[in-house]
Amino acid sequence: MFGQFDFGVITRNLPYLIKVGMAFTIELTILVIVLGIVFGTLLAMMRLSSIKVLSAFATAYINLMRSVPLVLVIFWFYFLVPYIGAWIIRSPTPVRVGAFLSSVITYSMFEAAYYAEIMRAGIQSIPRGQVWAGYALGLNYWQTMARIVLPQAFRNMVPILLTQTIVMFQDTSLVYVLSITDFLGAASKIAERDGRYVEMYIFAAVVYFVICVVISFLVRRLQRRIAIIR
Amino acid sequence: MNYHWNWKIFWDLTPEGSGTYLHTLLVGLLWTLATALAAWVIALVLGVIVGVIRTTPRKWAGRFCNGYVELFRNIPLLVQMFLWFFVIPELLPKHLGDAIKQMPPPWASYVPAVLCLGFFTSARVAEQVRAGIQALPRGQRMAGTALGLTLPQTYRHVILPMTFRIILPPLTSEFLNIIKNSSVALTIGVVELTAAARAMQEFSFQVFEAFTGATILYILTNILVIYGMRWVERRVAIPGFIGPAVQAGGH
Repeated sequence: MFGQFDFGVITRNLPYLIKVGMAFTIELTILVIVLGIVFGTLLAMMRLSSIKVLSAFATAYINLMRSVPLVLVIFWFYFLVPYIGAWIIRSPTPVRVGAFLSSVITYSMFEAAYYAEIMRAGIQSIPRGQVWAGYALGLNYWQTMARIVLPQAFRNMVPILLTQTIVMFQDTSLVYVLSITDFLGAASKIAERDGRYVEMYIFAAVVYFVICVVISFLVRRLQRRIAIIR
Repeated sequence: MNYHWNWKIFWDLTPEGSGTYLHTLLVGLLWTLATALAAWVIALVLGVIVGVIRTTPRKWAGRFCNGYVELFRNIPLLVQMFLWFFVIPELLPKHLGDAIKQMPPPWASYVPAVLCLGFFTSARVAEQVRAGIQALPRGQRMAGTALGLTLPQTYRHVILPMTFRIILPPLTSEFLNIIKNSSVALTIGVVELTAAARAMQEFSFQVFEAFTGATILYILTNILVIYGMRWVERRVAIPGFIGPAVQAGGH
C-alpha cells in the first residue's frame, strides 16, 4: 500500500522540522503555559472579587473568549495587536509585531480564559474558613491568596491544568492559518514543496500523537500520586 | 489609532456580486451550522457506540475502543483535517480516491471536514457516555440482570435512558465545541463563518467590522444553543438527579 511513497523525505528534512518547527511549537507552548496561568489566575481572582466592576469585566472576558473559535481569535489579535501597540507607545501608525510575539499574545489571552475557569474551581474548592483564618492572623488579601489559597488551589487543579495544556499544545498547530512555521507549518511547507502530503502529514500526526500520549500518561500517574497524598 | 470605522459596510455589495457583506456572513453561518450538524450526527452515533462498548464486560472490544478514543484525542484537529483531506484519498483504492478528489467544489472540502469533525468529536462524546454510564449506581445494572434482562436489554431499557439525561449538559458543551471547531475547516476550503469574515475583510479592508460581525453571530448561535438545550434538559429531567460535572479540557 505504501509502495509509491517516499518516507525518506522525513529523514532528509528532520533537522528543519525539529530545529525550526518543533522549536517554535515548544517555545510557544512553554511561554503560553506561564503567561496563560498568570493571567488566568488573575482573571479568576477578578471573577471571584467582591468589587462588582472587576468581576463583571472578568466574566464578560471569559465568556467572550470561550464562545468564539480559536481561529477567529487568532485573526482578531493578528490585526488588533499592531493597533494596541500603536496606542501604547503613542505611534501614529500601527506597530509591526512579529509572528512569534503575535502568537504568544494571542494564545496567552485566549488560554487565560480557560485557565481562569479551572483556577476558579480550584480556588472555590478551598474552604472559606481558611481565608478567614488568614485574615484573623493579620494577613492582607494578597498575602492570604499567595500563601494560603493559591498554593492549595494549584495543587488541586494540577491534573486538569495539565490536561488543558495538552489541548493547548495541540491547538498551537492552528498558527498555520497565519502561515507561521511551527511544527505542522514546517511539515506542510515540505509537503507542498516536494508534493509529499501523505508522508509529511502522517509523520506530523505520529509525532503529535506520541508526545500527547506520553504526557497524558504522566499526568495520569501524577493524578494517582496526588490522590494518595490527599 | 487611525482606523476608519465604517459600520455601514455590512449593507455594501460585495465585488463578487453575490449580495451584501451581511449576506456573505450569513451564508458563512449557514455553512458553519451545516458542517456542525452533519458532523454532530456522526459524533453522536459513533460516540454512543464506542462509549457503550467501553463499559461492557467485553475486554478486547473495550481495549479497541479505548485506543479509538486515544487516537482521536491525541492528534490535533488541524492535523486530522489534513489527514482526511490530503492523505485518506491517496490511501484508498485509486478509483475511489480520484472520485473523492473530483467532487464538485463545496463538497470536495465539505465531506472531509464533516467526517473529520464527526470522528474527532465522537471520541469526546464516547468519553462523556462512558463517564455517564459509570456515574450510575452499580445496582441499576445488577437489578436489570436480576430481572432477567439480557445485557443489550439492560442497556436499552435501564442504563441508556438514564445516561442520556445525565450527560445532556456535557453534550451541550460538546455541541458548542463542534460549532467552534468547524472554523478549522476553513484550512481545507470550507467557506464557513470565520472564512466568510476573512473574505469580507480582504474585499472591504474593514477588518474589525468583519470580525465583530462574525463574533456576534457566534455569540448569538451559542446563546440559542444553550437556551435550546436548557429547554430540552427541563423537558426530560428526572426529579432528584444532578448531572455529573465531567471535567474535560477543550475548546
